[in-house]
Amino acid sequence: MSEKTFLKGGRVVDPSQNLDGTRDVLLIDGVIASLGTKLSAPEDARVIDCAGLVVTPGLIDVHVHLREPGGEHKETIATGAEAAAAGGFTAVCAMPNTDPPIDNPAAVGYLLSRGRAAGFARVYPVGCISAGRAGQRLALIGEMVDAGAVAITDDGSPVMDSGLMRLALEYSQTFGIPVADHPEDLGLSASGHMNEGIVSARLGLGGKPNASEDIHIVRDLLLAELTGGHIHFQHVSTRFGVESIRQAKLRGVRVTAEGSPHHLILTHEAVEGYRTEAKMNPPLRTQEDVDAVRAGVADGTLDTIATDHAPHHYDEKEAAFADAPNGIVGLETALGLILTRVVGEGVIDLSTMVDRMSCQPARVFSLPGGTLTEGGPADVTVFDPAAKWKVDSARFKSKSRNTPFEGWELTGRPKWTIVGGRIVWEG
Amino acid sequence: MSEPAPWLGKDLIGLEDLTAEQILTILDTAEPFKEISERRIKKVPVLRGKTIVNLFFEASTRTRISFEFAEKRLSADTVNISSTGSSVTKGETLVDTARNLEAMRIDMVVIRHAASGAARFLAERIPSSVVNAGDGWHEHPTQGLLDLLTIRDHRGPLKGLKVCIVGDILHSRVARSNIYGLRTLGAEVAICGPRTLLPPAPHEMGCIVFRHIEEAIEWADVLNVLRLQLERMQNGFVPSLREYNRIWGVSSRRLEAAPRDILVLHPGPMNRGVEIDSDVADGPHSVILNQVTNGVAVRMAVLYLLAGGRPETAEAAKQGAEA
Repeated sequence: MSEKTFLKGGRVVDPSQNLDGTRDVLLIDGVIASLGTKLSAPEDARVIDCAGLVVTPGLIDVHVHLREPGGEHKETIATGAEAAAAGGFTAVCAMPNTDPPIDNPAAVGYLLSRGRAAGFARVYPVGCISAGRAGQRLALIGEMVDAGAVAITDDGSPVMDSGLMRLALEYSQTFGIPVADHPEDLGLSASGHMNEGIVSARLGLGGKPNASEDIHIVRDLLLAELTGGHIHFQHVSTRFGVESIRQAKLRGVRVTAEGSPHHLILTHEAVEGYRTEAKMNPPLRTQEDVDAVRAGVADGTLDTIATDHAPHHYDEKEAAFADAPNGIVGLETALGLILTRVVGEGVIDLSTMVDRMSCQPARVFSLPGGTLTEGGPADVTVFDPAAKWKVDSARFKSKSRNTPFEGWELTGRPKWTIVGGRIVWEG
Repeated sequence: MSEPAPWLGKDLIGLEDLTAEQILTILDTAEPFKEISERRIKKVPVLRGKTIVNLFFEASTRTRISFEFAEKRLSADTVNISSTGSSVTKGETLVDTARNLEAMRIDMVVIRHAASGAARFLAERIPSSVVNAGDGWHEHPTQGLLDLLTIRDHRGPLKGLKVCIVGDILHSRVARSNIYGLRTLGAEVAICGPRTLLPPAPHEMGCIVFRHIEEAIEWADVLNVLRLQLERMQNGFVPSLREYNRIWGVSSRRLEAAPRDILVLHPGPMNRGVEIDSDVADGPHSVILNQVTNGVAVRMAVLYLLAGGRPETAEAAKQGAEA
């Protein structure tokens, strides 16, 4: 007996096939069986009326921290994957900066099995670049890819040794995976807690200048050009960084990059009052930088929008600013924020949003999905573009509440999240 | 709990938060309290029955003692808690420390902490009044106030005065409190020091920048010379103390070139022969010990006002009536 779901009469937005129009979608046994106008629903199908709703290939977040193992008080793979589903994401890429870090095939396997057991969004492990994230020598990259890792990164920390970064960009080519870097020159940023500028000067907090990020972006672009490897920049936050990546793409460098919702929306002024919920790394920067990140997402210089979902327990953020950890949760606010503040302000249209949050993530990390073409996996996001709601972190599925968007009024909310033909979230 | 003074609020976190009227009121209120320290019996019952905790997470001699004298001369009951190293390394969070203190029903906390924002953090979480005695690089408002009072004592109203802060501005809470207070009162503010020790965006903070101390001396009515922390040299911000003294040190030879009689302040403790030469520190331009004396009076005024005292009754309170 096969499982059938019929998504009736929604506005289907799928840039992978240049589609934006009213269509029906039939899902059978975890696969997209047909997509068309005025299809008739099989008698044994569950029919979901999608009139007035938007149907897209499932959203994919290539940058989340699920904290397991080692940080289960902040998040677990199960709670993180449920938060993803609640945010409209059908797949996430889990960063390896856990304790112990994901730097070997057994740990990759553990993540995969925990993700499957949770049964919400798909969880794709990302392995470390260096053994133990110590920045000394390469981790077991080939074996991790065999076990299911989709990329490598030492995220949370940069790879400070340019020689090691070169090796990673060379060695990874055999396996066809991107090397994702958290670009930051620690020599310029280690004493910083926020963006270096007038706000840090006034508050008396150490600053991280744009140059600390820019230097590593330029370095990695040179190394990618030298080696022919695929560099993927995480959470790009600076205007010079965006422009450097744009120029490198024109030169044919194999580079992809992500922008995060908070760098598309907030400036360093959000830190005023020592608000630790606005502390993240890279930090919130100036309006000029926000404008550049927006332009980068709009013209595709930044291929993907990724949340950098970084849960922290409330009492870890309940501290003096310098003592609080970096990061904010993002999975359950991303879609509403992008619809309201980026699409809503005319920076990108709906189709581009779906491209940056589904098609490009699938392409950049070579993941299944990112399309509603027949025969593809039945990973689908259905959202109500007109639903008004207020961010209330107490209702998050994530274990953590650290968001600077508490109380924000947003328009647009996930209605159904479907993974492999199965409804994993109903809003 | 006393009724909070409506024009000052519950806490004193920084001079950036205060209006010119509020700052002037504190300075005016300090005037009658100066005299108490000159009496044979240096005690009035203004804060009798009030409990004040001096919570010092960073080493401090002068500020802590100055607060303690101010509290004792106003008859408050005081407890000192000192802990080098942050609350975090101690194992108890700042918020737990605050809640524990609150559970003991105190009236005021004077806090010194290595983290910028720590005083505000505490103030937002406990109903007691919080006085910032220095938070990281952020503010040291009572130092700023005593500097303002000392300048006013010697040069009259601050409006239009040219004040240059010299030295490590980047890491200095004293510098920030001075900049905010001076600018609010209409003074012109400049900063001078090695570029490695100046904050980013100084012009946006409303400061003129002098690269050379000679230019600063040529311009200024008042120099506020900051202490060069030894660790700044160890961390490479300046190559040597000797070089610092040669290029930015305030010497009597340099002051002789000034077109006007310059007033020299220093928040202490001084590194004689580094940022300031002894002949300046001990010479006619210096009002460094007046600052120390004024520190006690300013802190008495702040404690009195936060406890609900009215500026207009400070004189009467000093004579023995309770706040």
